[in-house]
Amino acid sequence: MSYWFRNDNRLPQERLAASSYVIVGMITLLLLGFWKLQVIDSDKYGQLAERNRVRSIPIIAPRGRMLDRDGRVLVDNYPSFSVLLLRDDSAAVDKNLPAIADGLGLSLEDLKDQLNSTVNLAKFQPIVIKPEATPADVAFIESHRADIPLLEMLMVHRRRYLPGGFMSHASGYVGEVSEQQIEASNGKLRPGDFAGKSGLERQYNDLLMGTDGMRRVVVNSVGKEVGRLSQQEATPGKQIQLTIDYDLQQIAEEGMTDKMGAIVVLDARTGEVLAYVSRPAPDPNDFAVRVSKEEWQRLNDDEDKPLLNRGIQAQLAPGSTFKIVMATAMLESKVPPENFTAFCPGSATFYGRQFKCWVYGKGGHGVVNLHNAIVHSCDVFFYNVGQRMGIDRISTYAKMLGLGAKTGVDLPSEDAGLVPSEEWVERVFHHKWYPGETISVSIGQGALMVTPMQLAYMVGGIASGGVFKQPHFLKDAPNVTEKRVALAEDTVEQVTQGLYGVVNEGGTAGAVKLEGIEFCGKTGTAQTIGADAKARFGKGEKKFKDNAWFVGFAPRRDPEIVVSVLVEEGGHGGVVGAPIARDIIKAYYDKKAKKNQGQLTAEDGRPEINKGREKSPGVAPKVVSKPEETAVVVPASAQRKAQPE
Amino acid sequence: MRDAPGTRDYDWWLVAILAAICALGVIEIYSATHGSALTGMHLKQMRWLVVGVVLMFVFSRVDYHVIMDQALILYIIGIAALLAVLLVGHTRFGAKRWIPILGEFFQVSELVKLIIIIVLARFFAEVRTDELSLQDLIKAGLIVGLPLVLILKQPDLGTALVLMPMLVVGAFLAGLQWKHAAAIVLIGVLMLPAGWHFLKPYQKERVTSFLHPEEDAKGSGYQVLQSKIAVGSGGFWGKGFGNGSQNQLGYIPVRYSDFIMSAWAEEQGFKGVLLALGLYMALLLRLVQNAQRAKDRAGMFLVMGVTAALGFHVLVNVAMVIGAMPITGIPLPLMSYGGSATLFVFLAIGLVMNVRLRRFVN
Repeated sequence: MSYWFRNDNRLPQERLAASSYVIVGMITLLLLGFWKLQVIDSDKYGQLAERNRVRSIPIIAPRGRMLDRDGRVLVDNYPSFSVLLLRDDSAAVDKNLPAIADGLGLSLEDLKDQLNSTVNLAKFQPIVIKPEATPADVAFIESHRADIPLLEMLMVHRRRYLPGGFMSHASGYVGEVSEQQIEASNGKLRPGDFAGKSGLERQYNDLLMGTDGMRRVVVNSVGKEVGRLSQQEATPGKQIQLTIDYDLQQIAEEGMTDKMGAIVVLDARTGEVLAYVSRPAPDPNDFAVRVSKEEWQRLNDDEDKPLLNRGIQAQLAPGSTFKIVMATAMLESKVPPENFTAFCPGSATFYGRQFKCWVYGKGGHGVVNLHNAIVHSCDVFFYNVGQRMGIDRISTYAKMLGLGAKTGVDLPSEDAGLVPSEEWVERVFHHKWYPGETISVSIGQGALMVTPMQLAYMVGGIASGGVFKQPHFLKDAPNVTEKRVALAEDTVEQVTQGLYGVVNEGGTAGAVKLEGIEFCGKTGTAQTIGADAKARFGKGEKKFKDNAWFVGFAPRRDPEIVVSVLVEEGGHGGVVGAPIARDIIKAYYDKKAKKNQGQLTAEDGRPEINKGREKSPGVAPKVVSKPEETAVVVPASAQRKAQPE
Repeated sequence: MRDAPGTRDYDWWLVAILAAICALGVIEIYSATHGSALTGMHLKQMRWLVVGVVLMFVFSRVDYHVIMDQALILYIIGIAALLAVLLVGHTRFGAKRWIPILGEFFQVSELVKLIIIIVLARFFAEVRTDELSLQDLIKAGLIVGLPLVLILKQPDLGTALVLMPMLVVGAFLAGLQWKHAAAIVLIGVLMLPAGWHFLKPYQKERVTSFLHPEEDAKGSGYQVLQSKIAVGSGGFWGKGFGNGSQNQLGYIPVRYSDFIMSAWAEEQGFKGVLLALGLYMALLLRLVQNAQRAKDRAGMFLVMGVTAALGFHVLVNVAMVIGAMPITGIPLPLMSYGGSATLFVFLAIGLVMNVRLRRFVN
């Protein structure tokens, strides 16, 4: 060994001592760092650790069901799993998004769009990326808990409606709440929650929607639940019983198959809606999960307007059904007097213009009095009545009898229709009323617009002797408002006799006569465009076909059932509308007869809402009619004045 | 000169301090891994400790002058091993650091650290002047520079950085002139942007997330945040053995190894930290004391090389745990789980014992 070290013992003692000080200083600094974290900021980090450890998982409250008047389930729920994406770790989200999209069969683009649209929501709030998880999705999430700790499953209740758009414009549908709704709800709603978007779902959303519960669990760093801290149960939404009669609804739905239009069936004595159809109708089951942008766009762009709730939103010329108003007005105002007659050669000339009767070209009605004019729907008679009455008197009576204003039915977005008047023309068009317009309005044309709901309301009110009950869908609804219009007994008698004649004395709806039932009604065939334009564009085009109306009721006085039928571009009201109304009224009487004989139980004609979904076919039918389970509330609309004129 | 020293001459205080630190480590490794897929890791660690202690005593028996005599050969072996790792090494966790020996994977760079301590001690021992000349300083820099570049290639920034304090402490004790020190610091500051260019993307991310933790939601910013939450939530008294939620639920990254201090601080609180850091301070001061009593400069440089390496480990690891320094992947000596790292520490302490045993021999 070479003595390279040569016992060199010159040790730099000063610098070694300095090293000791450096060590002490270093340890002291580190301890100060710990002091800051563990003593000064201990509370803050304690809370952060708790937030790490504890996760709150909502327990979704099931929505209340909707039952028909006999307790049959019309709208139900079924359990399903939603896939939640935890977003608090944006780096991991970005990294795993392609894998997630792939694993769940979602489009990466859509997923990114969805994330971008929710950037304003708090990061710790998870978002629903797939509302209805398939078994394969569940397997994917469970098997990737460790490497993709961003997915969570949430048990939810989905809405189940009767198939094929059955009653869908009445029930409405639910949808995911929008960001605006969340902000407006004061924390009650979270992303991915469902709330009523239209129809009764929206009208009674507060009732139907329960209060979600909350489960606080301990999770580990990969999001796996390892313990439970507390649980607050969900409060289910209230069940509501509707006035709808499933049996009548079914007949009404069948009557409108492949047609465009609406049916409103009321019990004029109470204002209860017995059936309500608007077609075309989307199947709300398609929205119960999530409606894609394309589907929504398609529904909005559809020429047939499937999203239009025609029963309360189709504002169309009532055609000859308006003659009921004209007849009532004539008898009440005595202008012209009740023994007024007119000669109908098939047309008449007013203000230098020819106005045709509907029989023009096939002869005329000859000399007609009021009764015959109603039975045969003579236009010339009512032209003359209208000319004598003047637009303001027509307008006043039309409004008094329920037109031109919302009926107050408990459905959102009802339209008011339009009853023109001199004042209206001056206000909107800034010109004087053309007297010729009065002639058109007399037979329900011109600027006049009504909804099928208004027609049923109007006829029911007149036939009930001037008692107008607010239409409503909620059974046992208290505070149903009523409007009383003073009508002379003679007026009601004459008008209803005329309407009885329409069906039973070979009138315009003579083909729909029902044996043993005082079936009354009035047809209406409203032009959608002027006759001249029609001639120019060609007759065959369905587009320019007339709208068919029929409004019928039974019995003649104080009717139990009023049916208003609109078939758009359907042709003649007597041919197209009347048979549908007849079938419904017949079904109503058949059921009533059965009930009186004690043959009918609530289980008959049970809706097939749960067909093929029930675990065991032997399960007893879901008939729920315990009144204590059913919410009885004041409909919001019932608290308003029925006639906000 | 080469007569055998007696057992009385071992630094039993040093052994006691080491034993205490190892005990804390085993306890916390147990707490961090029991009931998980890593159960039993504390037993593996104890096995490494036994092997380490044996190696320490064996290593202390061979006169350190004999070892330092072979400095050149050791250096060549070290460089060759690093090259071998780069060529045929085993890749784990995205870095080529491991070669298999006897069925276990060893980190070659741990061995290289030990070799560099020996080589630098030999080099500085041969510097005869009281003041370190610029020429010698550059030579020392080149000795460290070659393995440093090779380790950076693996890449293993943490281990590469450990070589720096060895050089700095050695140069300081060899009589580094203040003007040279100032010049080096200046050049270092100017070189910083260039050095940034050579960092791997994940290393850059660690630095940026250290500087701007709020911009990095998870990734390394998340790891540091979770570690700070663990430490902070422990409070003064700690949550108790096995009760740290951050630890037990896996929020602390590699809680049995690099972040073991975080797990310890959560469960034992500030009082536990006081104990652990107190022990490390005692260890380091005891090492300096051994250096002060060394028989010659060669021994002193050897001991201080070990002190520099261990001190740097403690500083960088613990500072990382409390978020005061970026994540570098440097384990906490004797507390973190790890075979190669544990063996390195015991071999290094073996060198220290070696020096101590021979202080009275002449």
